Amino acid sequence: MSEPLLKLSGLDAHYGDFQALFGVDMEVAKGEVIAIIGANGAGKTTLMRSISGLLPNRSDQVTFKDQPIGSLRADQVAYAGIALVPEGRQLFKSLSVEENLKLGGTVARDGPWSLEAVYDLFPILRERRNQPSTSLSGGQQQMVAIGRALMSNPELILFDEISLGLAPVIIKSIYQALPNIISGGMTAVIVEQDITKALAVSSRVYCLQEGRVSLTGRVEDITRDQITAAYFGLAA
Amino acid sequence: MIEWVNAIVQGILLGGLYALFAAGLSLIFGVMRLVNIAHGDLIILAAYLGLSTTTILGIHPFVALLIVMPAMAGIGYILQRGLLNHTLGGDILPPLLVTFGLSVIVQNALLEGYTADPQKLNAGAVETASIAVGELSLGVLPLLTFGMAVAVIAGLQWIFYSTALGRGFRAVSNNQDIAQLMGLNKAHVFGLAMALALAVTAIAGILLGVRTSFDPAIGGGRLIFGFEAVIIGGLGNSWGTLAGGVILGVAQTIGAKIDPGWQVLAGHIAFLVVLAVRPNGLFPRVEH
Repeated sequence: MSEPLLKLSGLDAHYGDFQALFGVDMEVAKGEVIAIIGANGAGKTTLMRSISGLLPNRSDQVTFKDQPIGSLRADQVAYAGIALVPEGRQLFKSLSVEENLKLGGTVARDGPWSLEAVYDLFPILRERRNQPSTSLSGGQQQMVAIGRALMSNPELILFDEISLGLAPVIIKSIYQALPNIISGGMTAVIVEQDITKALAVSSRVYCLQEGRVSLTGRVEDITRDQITAAYFGLAA
Repeated sequence: MIEWVNAIVQGILLGGLYALFAAGLSLIFGVMRLVNIAHGDLIILAAYLGLSTTTILGIHPFVALLIVMPAMAGIGYILQRGLLNHTLGGDILPPLLVTFGLSVIVQNALLEGYTADPQKLNAGAVETASIAVGELSLGVLPLLTFGMAVAVIAGLQWIFYSTALGRGFRAVSNNQDIAQLMGLNKAHVFGLAMALALAVTAIAGILLGVRTSFDPAIGGGRLIFGFEAVIIGGLGNSWGTLAGGVILGVAQTIGAKIDPGWQVLAGHIAFLVVLAVRPNGLFPRVEH
């Protein structure tokens, strides 16, 4: 295997005295789609915050394109080429749909994504472009959040719980759009509680349990029983 | 009767100056939830910078703005990145205490550098020029001040709602973490917001210095007027701030008309009445 695009080496994360991640090792190759699954509180969102620079790490704990980025600020990580679609969408409420997307384009790396490309991916957003972002339905807000992350033309995109709180039909349409996003050679890490959805689009999976990797492997090699055991910490 | 009309018109024009005191205060609070206790003293600092510029270079105070505005903007950026950013966080108390300390330092530095003697900026004929409108006589300087206030607020609105910089201000104000994820360094954005606020302060300081005499101790009073204008108008609403300044100005001139000793008191009473009746101000910003 060639040198991975993203590499985590012994990543720890703390919130004050509480330790949320314990020595997480992970490798993501260019073009791969990785699923990260785990129960509530397993550390999935913490892992996303650590990679994206919102939580400070030791420099060598996160490597991206052979560069140590663990101690960079979130804005510097964004310029390096990593974008996060945050849990709960978190749109800027005083900005319109289009302003949210333009703000996502602050980093403006070279690549296929532009306002027009995002509107082609999610045509409903073109109609709603001048509306306040909070006036949209949950699913449409999620489209804005995804579009906003794409606008920076990242090499690695992190999706944190993109189906959380959405109706099944909306989740389906968002997951149908994912191949279009990833086919451009983009690498993706998908955090998801809905295991079936996550495994359907990814090639490898990491399962987190209480801040540690409890299972990892290729999707086709892993059985449901193994996942259940790794997910809940039951003896396999 | 005409005297009362005159008092009201003069009050409206005076309100322009108060709106200029308030605009920077409101901008800073809006972007980073920082209450800058030193704001009034920074206005006076700008007036003194205007004084030095006009005396050293022998230029008109309004021309001096070309130097004082960038100077204050630079001071604002450095102040924010070097000091105030370190006070921001979950707690509202550290920035209050630090800006209070800054206020004391600025006052005493001005006292040391310029003495306690009252000073004034000399703008020449424009100070006494007036235009007759019917039976009223309107001073050119107050008209200019009011026009400047309208222009500044319109300009700030334009920056906030029509430029990438303003988009960044609003995004950081909404959610600092997510804005950082999008590649905006909040430390830099805050620095730019303070630079913009103090550039406005430069305008306020020069116009104040041309209108009345000033000394290092009067910053606190300007801060109060600015605060009152912001609160009367409603937090986060720039045009509301102008309205707040006008209401404060009119209350003061009407108070002064009744009894010259009541000028400042009447302004405070108007402020308290608004606070009692509409605690969020007259035109609070509607959150979508």
